[in-house]
Amino acid sequence: MLKLEKRPQPSKGWTFGAPILAVVLTVILGMGLFAILGKDPILATKVIFWDPLFGEFADLDRPDVIKKAAPLILIAIGLSFGFRAGIWNIGAEGQYIIGAIAGAAIALAFYPMEARWLIFPMTILFGALGGLVWAMIPALLRVYFKTNEILVSLMLVYVAEVLIKAMAIGALRDPDGFGMPGSRDLRRFASAANPDLIAGSGIHLGVVAAVISVIAAYIALTRHQFGFDVRLAGQSPKAAAFSGVNPNKLILICMAISGALAGLAGVFEVTGPSGKILGSFPTYYGFTAIIVAFLGRLHPVGIFLAGILLALTYIGGNLAEQSLGLPSAAIKCFQGLLLFSLLGVDLLTNYRIKFRRMGEAK
Amino acid sequence: MDINPILLLAALMVASTPILLAAIGELVVERAGVLNLGVEGMMITGAVCGYIVGHGSGNPYVGFIGAAIAGAALSFIFALLTQFLLTNQVATGLGLTMFGLGLASLIGQGAVGSSDLIVAKLSLPIISDIPVIGRIFFQHDPIVYVSLLLVASVWWFLTKSHLGLVLRAVGENHDAAHALGYNVRLVRVLAILFGGACAGLAGSYISLVRVPQWIDGITSGAGWIALAIVVFASWNPWRLIAGAYLFGGVTVLQLNLQAEGLKIPTEYLSMAPYLATILVLVVIRAGRAPGSLGKSFHPSS
Repeated sequence: MLKLEKRPQPSKGWTFGAPILAVVLTVILGMGLFAILGKDPILATKVIFWDPLFGEFADLDRPDVIKKAAPLILIAIGLSFGFRAGIWNIGAEGQYIIGAIAGAAIALAFYPMEARWLIFPMTILFGALGGLVWAMIPALLRVYFKTNEILVSLMLVYVAEVLIKAMAIGALRDPDGFGMPGSRDLRRFASAANPDLIAGSGIHLGVVAAVISVIAAYIALTRHQFGFDVRLAGQSPKAAAFSGVNPNKLILICMAISGALAGLAGVFEVTGPSGKILGSFPTYYGFTAIIVAFLGRLHPVGIFLAGILLALTYIGGNLAEQSLGLPSAAIKCFQGLLLFSLLGVDLLTNYRIKFRRMGEAK
Repeated sequence: MDINPILLLAALMVASTPILLAAIGELVVERAGVLNLGVEGMMITGAVCGYIVGHGSGNPYVGFIGAAIAGAALSFIFALLTQFLLTNQVATGLGLTMFGLGLASLIGQGAVGSSDLIVAKLSLPIISDIPVIGRIFFQHDPIVYVSLLLVASVWWFLTKSHLGLVLRAVGENHDAAHALGYNVRLVRVLAILFGGACAGLAGSYISLVRVPQWIDGITSGAGWIALAIVVFASWNPWRLIAGAYLFGGVTVLQLNLQAEGLKIPTEYLSMAPYLATILVLVVIRAGRAPGSLGKSFHPSS
């Protein structure tokens, strides 16, 4: 008989071991999935996890991995504060989209003015503000009307998705685009473009921002009163209240941080790798970032590594789609499996498993 | 403006049915003290499975059953993780939605259907001939009536039956229920499976009756709206009907206005159901949630 015994303290070893075990478990489950789809499981796993980093054409793939990892890390870092404190911003996808729309709108308003010193910082600022404002809706409603922030932030994702489509055929449509949906390509507008700092490296300012956010989050969590409040509110809301943490203020701050960072991810994406509203603008980062946050155990360094891993599944998934015909939906399944294994394996951190023979006294 | 109010109300009942079905399942789950945010994922998996099974067998009812089984199977993953591996319910539910969306789009690749699969309308004798009322209420497919019957049965089960009392006790205070000798986990697992089956059925109603077609991402947030309606209804089955029909109304009205070619661009009209959900969550004060909602239960603690 298996028996669970609660550990007095979470296990230190399993705190690090659990995510690694979860990844191994997911790869095994994933191989089963690939086999069911009629693909060689070992080859598919190699194409997804090995080739983008060390394969024949890895020089071309590595910059892509960096470009994908940056927004995931940026959004997940923002989410991690709220998740620690029990504030569930599930709508980062919406805040990411609105960030892109707001940034692109302000940049295009100045088109074709040449004043990068003014337009570029303003574009980025408006992107962050756009995400922040979108996140403030569920935050304020939660504070003043006690509405559920999970549902409100999620509903706003659907609204944002409608909005970006409307913008692409409406206000932000490229006037020289022969009536096709989609905005002007911001990469070709020198005052607002966010190109690679070293051409072809994949490192643009969004990547720099992601790294800075990791460092800042680490300092905030370990060295700052705010980080202490967040951790306390998550572990024991009562103790937090006694020590003078204002729960409403915490909600507003956590939501503001996650909204602003998601907005930043959106605006760096639209001015950099994708360039346009709609068309090449990639979606679903806001949801994948939730997996990144959990896989990284809500810890900045963990999130950094998890972001790279999830970016790898995207790029490797693309490669597997091209070379093996693996459907892209399989990667979404794979990401879901990863979250399942991770949450399941977490049991080992908080509980001890004891083997007992049947009939033995308790 | 030329919108026929009778047809509008009849369409409203059809548009509300999937949300009502998914919501009544989730209501039972939440009354048992479990928060399953995976409704959207179970619903869309039900939609694709129902579509394939229904068109494969040539019988939509086989499709509905297949969809319910698929939804329940998916919810079983959630049950295993949250009840036996004691995972965080919010995170696990989100994972279930993401996994379900991926799985559905994977299963649905190349899914083809014959267009002649029709769920016959069940015109109730005599009362369906009543002018106006008959057209609105009594000339629908059987699943519409099933959804209403299900609400009535759930109400009876929760308030009048012994098992329902046990379920509510488990949801209000799982430690007390455990101390009284009830099997908390078993009750919760069964509730979760029921919720999954309802969500699966709800999804297949969209792909077999409402649209009727399989398109990737077809549920487009209906599962989340169902979750919102459970809160709106304060966990009361009868208020659930009001909630679901309100949203059905908003959806149908905006579709009709789109068809009418109103001055408002159609994109903005299609935001209406989501904005209405937020508005209702703000305006309506929800009652008290079940005491143990969302908390993990472990017999040792």
